[in-house]
Amino acid sequence: MNKQPYIIDNPAENDFRLNRQALVDPDVLTLEKSCIFDTCWVYAGHDSEVTKPGDFVTRTVAGRPVIMARDSNSEMRLFLNTCRHRGAKVCRERSGNTKRFYCFYHGWSYDNDGALAAVPGDDAYPDSFDRSELGLTEAPRFEQYQGFWFACFDPSVPDLETYLAGAKEYIDLVVDQSPSGTMEIITGVQEYDVEANWKLLVENSFDDYHLHSTHSTWLEYMKDAGVNIRVPNGKGLVLPKRGIGRNLGNGHAVIDNLNFRGRPVATWISIYGEDAKPIVESAKAELVERLGEERAERVANTNRNLFVFPNLMINDGSSVTVRTFWPAAADRMEVTAWAVGPVEESPEMRKVRLDAFLTFYGPGGFATPDDVEALMQVQQGIAETVSEVPWSVMTRGIAKEGEQLNSDELHLRTFWRRWNELMTGAENSAQASE
Amino acid sequence: MASAQTYAGAAAVTRSEVEDFLYEEAALLDAWNLDGWLEILSDDARYLVPPNEAPDADPDDTLFIIADDIHRIRSRVKRLKSPDAHAEYPPSRTRRLITNVRILDSSDSHLTATSNFSVHRFRRGGRGGVYVGRYIHRLVRDSGVLKIAERRVILDAEELGALGAVSFIL
Repeated sequence: MNKQPYIIDNPAENDFRLNRQALVDPDVLTLEKSCIFDTCWVYAGHDSEVTKPGDFVTRTVAGRPVIMARDSNSEMRLFLNTCRHRGAKVCRERSGNTKRFYCFYHGWSYDNDGALAAVPGDDAYPDSFDRSELGLTEAPRFEQYQGFWFACFDPSVPDLETYLAGAKEYIDLVVDQSPSGTMEIITGVQEYDVEANWKLLVENSFDDYHLHSTHSTWLEYMKDAGVNIRVPNGKGLVLPKRGIGRNLGNGHAVIDNLNFRGRPVATWISIYGEDAKPIVESAKAELVERLGEERAERVANTNRNLFVFPNLMINDGSSVTVRTFWPAAADRMEVTAWAVGPVEESPEMRKVRLDAFLTFYGPGGFATPDDVEALMQVQQGIAETVSEVPWSVMTRGIAKEGEQLNSDELHLRTFWRRWNELMTGAENSAQASE
Repeated sequence: MASAQTYAGAAAVTRSEVEDFLYEEAALLDAWNLDGWLEILSDDARYLVPPNEAPDADPDDTLFIIADDIHRIRSRVKRLKSPDAHAEYPPSRTRRLITNVRILDSSDSHLTATSNFSVHRFRRGGRGGVYVGRYIHRLVRDSGVLKIAERRVILDAEELGALGAVSFIL
């Protein structure tokens, strides 16, 4: 079976197709780990998760077990969670606060800045044994933008801000919800597996074409609550309000929509209840005062699904969710999702935000479980039919001049083009022409 | 543990009555008789599934998996009855085993009961999973009939993981 080409990319002929082997073949996943996850900036965590000296969280970043820690001097660190002696993990808790990480196997311990602190019976080691070279290994690159920390395991890459390119503008829009420009992760992480290839969740997370067919029960729920979900007349429109898809460079892309679904900051809808109305209105007033009418309107009354290549979604819609995912296998991914909100948010506002989150997002929401089901159905549909049905179609909007709608597929093609470049080493000539 | 004092206010409700009630609820849910299930909820009932990492948390300041008031419970039931609730179409087959029922506190007007559950879920193709945890039911007397004012469903798993979603009524 031919694995390549992964994509047929020919906008001049209005053709864009995806080789389904890219979603099925375990060898493709092996290559993705070295070509993509070992070379790109990958989301690691948020400032707010480790606020005090000694705070730490453990998780998987780019497949590696890591400790994200704030050391005793308040420096942020990202350690590989493996003892320099024989390799056992030196921290097993989900989160906590400590001065030292301790390997229980032979008892080596490390200060929270990574330095090797204690080695039982160290007089048995030769003179060449150098403690200073045996600290916890850190990710070669670890940088943040607006409190969002990313790691890169290739030391030679340009800095994070250069990498983020046009995605920064959209992160700024999310962070502008906070008067101090400081967002925080809210307690209650959602960790769940999806029996599907990870790239299907990239597509799904900012694919507005599927809203009506996959999420009709959610739209019905919105309608029952008095939200106008009628689709206006207009060529290609499938959503109640217009939105566009944009290529943000380096494989990042966004759908940028006029809001119809309500936003805690700050567009009230009836689902929030009458009690919440003055709270949401005062959040809007604060935005206007701080940012001016135009920017306030942009923050409050547009919503966006931002994709940061290769595996971070920030969906600033019914609420804000940060979602990352890791391919445990070609046909299975592990998803981690958080809610984020302004650090100074009032308890009343926080309640509205969390409530709005749950109407749509998460494993018990009215929409996300149907997305998960859709991705599993894709995986089951393609896994054993790829010989007979090798290609998927991805040409929505490709023949258009100018603006691409949120329900077109420019943003999906943007992802796949960058993915293909990194996987094959080939510069993509078609990208410029669309 | 149950002292005479614990049961003093709940002379009208015994543990076996609570067990009968919980078994009845389980039967309604396993039969997907969701309208019947709504009838045993109070008019201000809440259905809560806290996050795996914070089972005792408050949904006002913590992101839950599910935190429904009665309005969203009714909307959830409406959604689940639709063939367009894709995650539950065809509906999962479920079987609930409920045990270790204890009355934690009680008064003339209400009681709190905890129980252990194992909910087996089956989908086509061998998919599904076993949801293990405990229920905390707050029950009220409504015109002499027991109704659910709050059901908190606490999962024991460290993370949802392979269970994937809580798309049915757990």
